[in-house]
Amino acid sequence: MTSRPGEVVRFRFDGRDYEGRRGDTLAAALLANGVRRVSTSVQLGQPRGIFSAGGEEPNALVQIETPFPEPMLPATTVEICDGLVATGLPGKGRLADRPDPARYDTVHAHCDVLVVGAGPAGLMAAAEAARGGARVILADERPAPGGSLLGTAEAVDGLPGRRWAAERAAELDGLADVRVLCRTTVFGHYDDNYLVAVERRTNHLGAAAPATTARERIWRIRARRVVHATGAHERFPAFAGNDLPGVMLAGAARTYVNQYGVRPGRRAVVLTTNDTAYPAALDLAAAGIEIAAIVDVRQAPGEEWARRCAERGIDVLTGHVVTAARGAGELSSVVVAPEDGGQARDVPADLLLVSGGWTPVVHLFSQAGGTLRFDEEIGAFVPGDTQARDVRLAVEVAGSARGVPTLSGCLRDGAEAGRRALAAAGFAVPDQAPPPAVEDEPAAAPARHLWLVPAADGDGDDYREHFVDLQRDVTVADVLRATGAGLRSVEHVKRYTTAGTAHDQGRTSGLLTSAITAHALGLDVADLGVTTFRAPYAPVSFAALAGRDRGHLHDPVRVTAMHDWHVARGAPLENVGQWKRPWYYPLDGEDMTAAVLRECRAAREDVAMMDASTLGKIDVIGPDAAELLDRLYTNMMSTLPVGSIRYGVMCRPDGMVFDDGTVIRLAEDHFLATTTTGNAAAVLDWMEEWLQTEWPSLRVHCTSVTEQWATVALVGPRSREVLAGLAPGLDVGNASFPFMTWRDAEVAGIPARVCRISFSGELAYEINVRSWYGLALWEAVNAAGVTPYGTETMHVLRAEKGYPIIGQDTDGTVTPQDLGMAWVVSKKKADFIGKRSFSRADTVRPDRKQLVGLLPEDTGRLLPEGVHLVEPGGTRALGHVTSGYRSAALGRTFALALISGGRERVGERLHAAMGEEMIPVTVTHHVLYDPEGARRDG
Amino acid sequence: MLLIPCPWCGPRDEIEFHYGGQAHVAYPEDPAALSDEEWARYLFFRDNPKGRFAERWSHSAGCRRWFNVVRDTATNEIHAVYRIGEPRPVIA
Ligand SMILES: [Zn+2]
Repeated sequence: MTSRPGEVVRFRFDGRDYEGRRGDTLAAALLANGVRRVSTSVQLGQPRGIFSAGGEEPNALVQIETPFPEPMLPATTVEICDGLVATGLPGKGRLADRPDPARYDTVHAHCDVLVVGAGPAGLMAAAEAARGGARVILADERPAPGGSLLGTAEAVDGLPGRRWAAERAAELDGLADVRVLCRTTVFGHYDDNYLVAVERRTNHLGAAAPATTARERIWRIRARRVVHATGAHERFPAFAGNDLPGVMLAGAARTYVNQYGVRPGRRAVVLTTNDTAYPAALDLAAAGIEIAAIVDVRQAPGEEWARRCAERGIDVLTGHVVTAARGAGELSSVVVAPEDGGQARDVPADLLLVSGGWTPVVHLFSQAGGTLRFDEEIGAFVPGDTQARDVRLAVEVAGSARGVPTLSGCLRDGAEAGRRALAAAGFAVPDQAPPPAVEDEPAAAPARHLWLVPAADGDGDDYREHFVDLQRDVTVADVLRATGAGLRSVEHVKRYTTAGTAHDQGRTSGLLTSAITAHALGLDVADLGVTTFRAPYAPVSFAALAGRDRGHLHDPVRVTAMHDWHVARGAPLENVGQWKRPWYYPLDGEDMTAAVLRECRAAREDVAMMDASTLGKIDVIGPDAAELLDRLYTNMMSTLPVGSIRYGVMCRPDGMVFDDGTVIRLAEDHFLATTTTGNAAAVLDWMEEWLQTEWPSLRVHCTSVTEQWATVALVGPRSREVLAGLAPGLDVGNASFPFMTWRDAEVAGIPARVCRISFSGELAYEINVRSWYGLALWEAVNAAGVTPYGTETMHVLRAEKGYPIIGQDTDGTVTPQDLGMAWVVSKKKADFIGKRSFSRADTVRPDRKQLVGLLPEDTGRLLPEGVHLVEPGGTRALGHVTSGYRSAALGRTFALALISGGRERVGERLHAAMGEEMIPVTVTHHVLYDPEGARRDG
Repeated sequence: MLLIPCPWCGPRDEIEFHYGGQAHVAYPEDPAALSDEEWARYLFFRDNPKGRFAERWSHSAGCRRWFNVVRDTATNEIHAVYRIGEPRPVIA
């Protein structure tokens, strides 16, 4: 085989160095080097060879090591490149142990006509659509256009098929509105003709791949019309030993000879149920492979084929079957016998070509919602009516994908499909062009649909060697066991046996599985059907699907105006939604616990500051703003005086807490509502939904202003003194600037809105400035000797006061009353969202889970979130810990928890179940620090 | 992925939209006047037909408008798109 023409490519397989030729698949190059055993089967550990010449390969799976580790690729689709290192897959693959350095990308495209498959039908369809002026995309999974022409070497218009296809594709690609994509597998056909494809751009270049080119590209294509010219896969019958290396699809062997100039064996037997194996046998014979016999299960092949075989001296055994393939680790002989009994013969051979007919590739059609019908002539399912009342697909199917058997037929059918697509997409259809000329096509004799060759007595008659799904090692015996267990649906048989669930999704075996199942049940395969086809048609890597949405581009990162200061101070960051928030600010030698205790003490005993800019802020403006807020919050907002602030809770109609925050009245018709950091977008959506869908008459506009403001919380007994120093023009006296009011002022020379709000129970202010002054304000406050604190201290301080965090201490099943906040639920308002639900039987149950405090008896013991609570000696979970901290103020650990009938249990002793360990705790009121609220005014 | 014709923006990919469940389930005029069962029906009960279904969508990554769609739940075919407040169109 060293005499093959072409550029030499060196690669390594299973530790040995080989030479191939540029354009070889790994399978072709291995066969050229006489390598027949490629992988080991996943369940039985059997040696397996090369079964096909394309993406339908069930056997020859390899692991790529170089250029980059990738598991489970069919050797029949890997193009060799210099330096390629691969190993045969020992059952299962192995993912790379290092990050993939390659780039992946996504393209969004629109077209009038998308043609899937650049074989004879697809090329003609695309050419016709392009001729009519449509924007066309033609995609094919192989490196070159031509489809079946690559393997059959049939001539078109007097040119070798491969050249004819290349010229047609080049012409098309030269047109402004046509794009030809090779190495591009369309793997999903979704609603409204949205198709997704993966284009492999650099894999075949190996080390020569330019680093600037994306390794793979995902194409997301919206097409007016789609032409499925997806071709057909050859199938095989089940017989004993049909998994041995050396057993190969007839069309695949023909492809190796014609496309790659590779002889896959020296002496071949051909087993066929139809005429298509004859040209394969003749091509192999012409390439110097001895054809020991053609075993035809029919009584007669097409006359012309019989004549050509006789001319070539090829023995045709009609009415015969192959009862077994034999060999130790690979094929060495074939047992041939008359089907109706009689003497079996052992025919020495290293190659057994099999053809059980051709199965149209209907995966995409089926994914698109098309229904299938059984075609008796080809013995397979073909696309049904695309215009059935409940289907109506904007899809044409052309060529062998709908069972057209001949090249001339496929060329004609493709052109017609292109013209139909053109018309349907609204284009004028040009006059018909004469079809390309092809060689004489011998009249075909009918195929016979033989699925199972019964075992000869004593030779594989337990059907454990009759393979149905080669990749999953599923045999006829397995299918019989499934039907024997009572399974009647092919979907159940699939799940019971795993047939059709492997990498190849049963492309060569799906119909066989159905047929064997039907046979066992005494049904017709046409009635039993096949399993559902689901995307993706071919495996796609997550890296390709992720495209550029990886690493720092995975999700937007939001930071405040003071972010760089936090980072410079060494604060670890906590993710809160998309925000990065400073968690705590460790001093030299401090761990998190020490830092948080210090920050807590500063806030309770001195003065501290926090970046509160991430809180959601929604500007609510309009004559009906107060009315909207009255309807959405559980408490009354319309009575709030201008200049004042009110805390509010929003519920869903079912009465469960959705969000909380403060509402500031800026003017009669103007409010600013704050939300929790993670819920800002959801609250704005919520407001919009009610405004647009239920209350369109309310004159209100809601606008997110979160990023327009920077907010510094100034907290602690000395906060008034610090504020007075920074804002000499502001009267900070408790009477003139009381709790829950706001004032405009200049703080550190910056125009600011100062709110007297506290989320810690201490005297506190929130100073809001335009976000671009945020850092200046922060630095000015810090320079006044104020201790910065992060989100962890904020959590501890609020928990000591029993203030819940929505989404941490609640989970969508908690009412305001459950949180001990009945006071926030208005009795006066006639209605608000959630009100009616507070009188439902479920929301007034006394055993609802209620927010309580927990004090572990071991005052140093920290309770993790999620730990369940039980009565001592009991097993029923009463509830769970929602927050647990160490408190500087209490000098001990504590927790918040939601516990069934919690308020009635105050004083009770419960156990927190930590695995086998039971930690004794005492239930307390949820407000553990300053329950009288004495510290609020400083 | 559906191609949804927003009444304001025209046909856009489904990924730009949020689903809002069954349309024409109005917030009750006077919830206080409803029995627990009637209120529970409003809260928790929705149709789940195989076939045409009037449902709400929001063009959340576009114009941010809510609108109604009549979609066949079996085929995903969209039969009509109309604005909030408009009656469900009669489709032959
Ligand atoms: Zn829109």
